[in-house]
Amino acid sequence: MMAVTAGNAARAGKRAGGRRDRPPLRWGRVLTVARTDLRQLAQARDFWMPMTFLGALFYAIVPAVLLITIGRIGSVEVIARVSGALEMLPEAARSQIRGDSAAGQTGYALAVFLFAPMAVIVPLTISTAVGAATLVGERERGTGEFLAHSPAAAREIYLGKLIASLVPGYGTVAVGFGVYSMIVNVTVGPEVGGWFFPTAQWWVMILWVLPPFLAICLSLVLRLSARVSSTAAAQQASGLVSLPLIGIAYSQATGVLMGAGWLPLWLGAGAWAVALISLTRGMRAVTRSRLLGVGPGL
Amino acid sequence: MTGPRPFTVLLDRVDRSFGGRPAVAALSFGAPAGAITAMLGPNGAGKTTALRLITGALAPDGGTVRVFGLDPGRPAGGEEVRARCGVVTAKPSLYDRLSGLDNLRYAAQLYGLGRGADVDRRLRAAAAQFGIDEALGQAVGGYSTGMKTRLALARAVAHDPELLLLDEPTSGLDPESAAAVLDLVRAMTSSGRTVLLCTHLLAEADGLADEVVVLERGTAVATGAPTALAAGFWPHPQVRLQAERPTDLDRLAAWPGVVGYQREQDRAVVDLDAAGRVADLILGLSRDGVRLAAVEPHRPTLEDLYFAIQASRRDVPAGPSLDAGGPSRYSTPPIGPPAPMPGGAHRPVEVGR
Repeated sequence: MMAVTAGNAARAGKRAGGRRDRPPLRWGRVLTVARTDLRQLAQARDFWMPMTFLGALFYAIVPAVLLITIGRIGSVEVIARVSGALEMLPEAARSQIRGDSAAGQTGYALAVFLFAPMAVIVPLTISTAVGAATLVGERERGTGEFLAHSPAAAREIYLGKLIASLVPGYGTVAVGFGVYSMIVNVTVGPEVGGWFFPTAQWWVMILWVLPPFLAICLSLVLRLSARVSSTAAAQQASGLVSLPLIGIAYSQATGVLMGAGWLPLWLGAGAWAVALISLTRGMRAVTRSRLLGVGPGL
Repeated sequence: MTGPRPFTVLLDRVDRSFGGRPAVAALSFGAPAGAITAMLGPNGAGKTTALRLITGALAPDGGTVRVFGLDPGRPAGGEEVRARCGVVTAKPSLYDRLSGLDNLRYAAQLYGLGRGADVDRRLRAAAAQFGIDEALGQAVGGYSTGMKTRLALARAVAHDPELLLLDEPTSGLDPESAAAVLDLVRAMTSSGRTVLLCTHLLAEADGLADEVVVLERGTAVATGAPTALAAGFWPHPQVRLQAERPTDLDRLAAWPGVVGYQREQDRAVVDLDAAGRVADLILGLSRDGVRLAAVEPHRPTLEDLYFAIQASRRDVPAGPSLDAGGPSRYSTPPIGPPAPMPGGAHRPVEVGR
């Protein structure tokens, strides 16, 4: 049992007092911070060009090349190889595969099951890259001092930065998902009796599973960005944080697509709970002294 | 009857250290409402830290900070204080990728001015005050240092702050722009606003500052109106005289009204009991046939004052700080919740002087 000391009581009282006179969150300021960060990102061609290429590669180029190779060129060797791999899919997944021909079934399986990772890797990579630089970048440019002296509350700045990091990643998913849907429906659709994509599982993955993983990843990355002394250090540390999360998110996404019943929905709900806790705790990492570069450890 | 002005900013025995190294220690001073207070001191004296404590960007380790009668360290008080302050930091703190206008818009939205054509007009007018309105469409990354400083100044005044905090505002500016900035500082106080100016350029604050705070190693070693502080070092009006034959001036030592006389080579320094004696002095010397080469009434500059203070500190390093009004005037009363104003805003609780 923890002893209640005068110091503990005083600190608890101060925290409670701090909460009582805390002004309400102003979403206008949150969106202002987010909008300004996004506007700067739009000006940073050296950032968005490689990220656009990354999205194009995963959502358009690789799927298009593979599916066209299978469907139009009809390479027997490729179809045989992929068909063999499909045998390893769980029964629940195999039962969903549509199409009469081997080429159609292979195209369907590739489109629905095997391209799942791209929906996870691309947004996490983009959002991590944005989030890692966002707070430490303010400090490095000296603009953190402007924010520290502004009326914006630290949590409003944090939420603005979070949104600004989330939007490029999730925006890429939204656009990429649309492009990918178009490609797979045009290339595989005729072989399986019409447009079939997105499937219900993909909707679950995009709308239910991916967002909390993005949020968890960003809450950790923003915490790092607030604490480290340089953008380079933030990006290195963020890589270490995001890699395991990409792994977990990948297995989640695969589970959802392979049709593992209600489990993905429960796991998604769990991820949302973890995300909310992590975001709330992450909010404390942004302080005015850290924006000024004089916080602990800086 | 007009009494002494209340303090807009009040620091009472404030401490703040970084990694065990004190940046400010037992710092006490006040900035009267509607006046220009200059914080003077060498680099590292604690001026920037004091400014950060005033906006609540930093929390003190000890002591009390009050701005508009509010505690900037509390969430609600801090938000209100910062909304009523305009700050120009030593580095302009601008977003290089954004245009000048977008930088101003960002600040306008954070300070609650909102968006729209009216706000843009207001921002352009603020930029025009500093001659930067023509460049508002360009990305700030392409601005010169002087242009950035001007834009930072426009950003600081655009929301019409009651308290303007300027940290070395003329660094990097050409003389013309620097003069324009100092003119604006004067104009701000003539309309009732309070200005706190941090500088190590004594000439910049000379003639501008109503009050000075001289900082040394994080502590205020002298505070008060420059004339009152100068009176402590130069209690008598002083005139410096030169004559064709310097020894002719030595007779002054015995003249009525002369309370001090000292001659160094060709120049005599004469302390008088009243400033009106200068004319009598010149007339008397003329009658005696002394041919004067120069008559220079001595009005101590801020630089003279600063170095006199430094010299007195060297003589008595642990001596008490000089305070023209008595150090107890900076003690802070306990703070209560701010009185609500009609419309939900908080009434500033000014601390009496």
